[in-house]
Amino acid sequence: MKSLKKYLDKIKPQFEPGGKLHAFQSVFDGFETFLFTPNETSKSGVHIHDSRDSKRTMIIVVLALMPCLLMGMYNAGYQNWLAAGQTEFPFWQLMGYGFFSILPAIVVTYVVGLGIEFIVAQWRGEEIQEGFLVTGILIPMICPIETPLWMLAVATAFSVIFAKEVFGGTGYNIVNIALITRAFLFFAYPASMSGDMVFIGRDSILGLGFNLPDTFTGATPLGQIATATGATQIVNINGEVTTLWDMFLGLIPGSFGETSTLCILVGALILLSTGIADWRIIVSVFVGGVVMSLIANWTATATYPASFLSVGEQLCLGGFAFAAVFMATDPVTAARTTVGKYIYGFLVGVIAILIRNYNSGYPEGAMLAVLLMNVFAPLIDYCVVQANINRRLKRIKA
Amino acid sequence: MAEKVNNRSVIFNPLSKNNPVVVQVLGICSVLAVTAKLEPALVMGMSVIAVLAFSNVIISLIRNTIPTNIRIIVQLVVVAGLVVIVSQLLEAFAYDVSKQLSVFIGLIITNCILMGRLEAFAMANRPWPSFLDGIGNGIGYTIILVIVGFFRELLGSGTLLGYQVVPQWCYDHGYVNNGLMILPPMALIVVACIIWVHRSYNKDLQE
Repeated sequence: MKSLKKYLDKIKPQFEPGGKLHAFQSVFDGFETFLFTPNETSKSGVHIHDSRDSKRTMIIVVLALMPCLLMGMYNAGYQNWLAAGQTEFPFWQLMGYGFFSILPAIVVTYVVGLGIEFIVAQWRGEEIQEGFLVTGILIPMICPIETPLWMLAVATAFSVIFAKEVFGGTGYNIVNIALITRAFLFFAYPASMSGDMVFIGRDSILGLGFNLPDTFTGATPLGQIATATGATQIVNINGEVTTLWDMFLGLIPGSFGETSTLCILVGALILLSTGIADWRIIVSVFVGGVVMSLIANWTATATYPASFLSVGEQLCLGGFAFAAVFMATDPVTAARTTVGKYIYGFLVGVIAILIRNYNSGYPEGAMLAVLLMNVFAPLIDYCVVQANINRRLKRIKA
Repeated sequence: MAEKVNNRSVIFNPLSKNNPVVVQVLGICSVLAVTAKLEPALVMGMSVIAVLAFSNVIISLIRNTIPTNIRIIVQLVVVAGLVVIVSQLLEAFAYDVSKQLSVFIGLIITNCILMGRLEAFAMANRPWPSFLDGIGNGIGYTIILVIVGFFRELLGSGTLLGYQVVPQWCYDHGYVNNGLMILPPMALIVVACIIWVHRSYNKDLQE
């Protein structure tokens, strides 16, 4: 560590104004502050400094995502082994299979996304913004395992440019960038993002795993329900019944990192204990989901088979829990006022279950619910602030 | 001649410096609606050029006899008449395209570019400059339509004017057409990109 610091200090003058490599100052600065806490102090007045800058915040979110990522690796292997008809599940081989199937996706999103960030930062002469650290790992985790890499690259480039950079970069985006990537993929390449062909790794990687026949299909639980009529039993890819416990643990087909509600809750604990996510949003998303699920249960009809799902299943299946913990709580795009957070979270939960139940075209509504409420968040904040102003004005008059 | 207008600038200004779509931001609705394919975009553009040029000439000819308080009605009647002629011609000679364009040919009548040019130019200028103004603005509109249609058809369907452009080889290796390009939101984003590029070349237009 010491020698690295020395080396950085040695080459630093070249990047200062007037130095040979001044054009790359933001790249250097990005790496230096990524590795070490900046040692600059303010020149005037009294300031309180905290080592928790946005890079640290981002890193904690990435750490909170690790349980989901590891579970996603295990599950990717597990589904492949299960589909190949195996009865033994060697842990390290499963993990290895999952690791090598997600690694290219993570590399591609980081290279494309960070590449664009670096270029834009150089071009504008600004510091490199660190927002993509989280986005880059979120994107592979919310996509099916079989998503082609070039699609990921196109979608990442699209969302980083059009959802983030044109609005001014990290912290200025209106909607969640990872979700825009997924929405782009979903609408542009529906065949690769939904259906029963893409959620289970189909090929063996580096000798790990099994090649599945071309005719193999394995639908996600929500995919099965969308094509069912009336109340239906959710089964795994071999036709065995999936219990609520399986859904909670995450041993079900689905997008890479979102299947395990247990790991999502671990991540939620990390985020809440470090004060990065707001419990108000997480709780109110779940409350909204429960309320809407109960209403759906109460009015369940065979036309909308998903409305038969129990509350527990609704909360554990699909991306609901993942969206509640990692997407809806994004401090940039969520509502900022306290009351607004309750309203925002509640509506995310309601709309997610509403779309899931009553729009058979979209088996999963969490993505669209969060995006929709991202757009409405400033309006909610505005209404809350105005209501507060009016209340206090009245108090003065009275 | 009371007001001296430069015929050259009348016809060339709307192509870029004063483009009806990317600078005046008129006629966006039809840009979203008809540009999923290149062919309807071209036909739509030509229809607008014809209607715009001739309605400009007609209004310019009778501009001194139109009572001010009913001028919008008169303009509408002229445009409506021309639109019906264009629509009938299309149905007679290019039935397939007119089916694709469906209601949007009829809706040329509500296209903001038309009323804008009639009010702003034809009501105050002689027939020949008005004719040129109509041609210029129509071409300016068509350029944008064709650019948007080109990208949306190429990326969304892999074809241009109905001919396969993206080779089969690409599809065999996993290339898939971008379904979002066919949907209207993408037209907005393509128009936004055109505006982006256009403004970065024309610094004086930047706000």
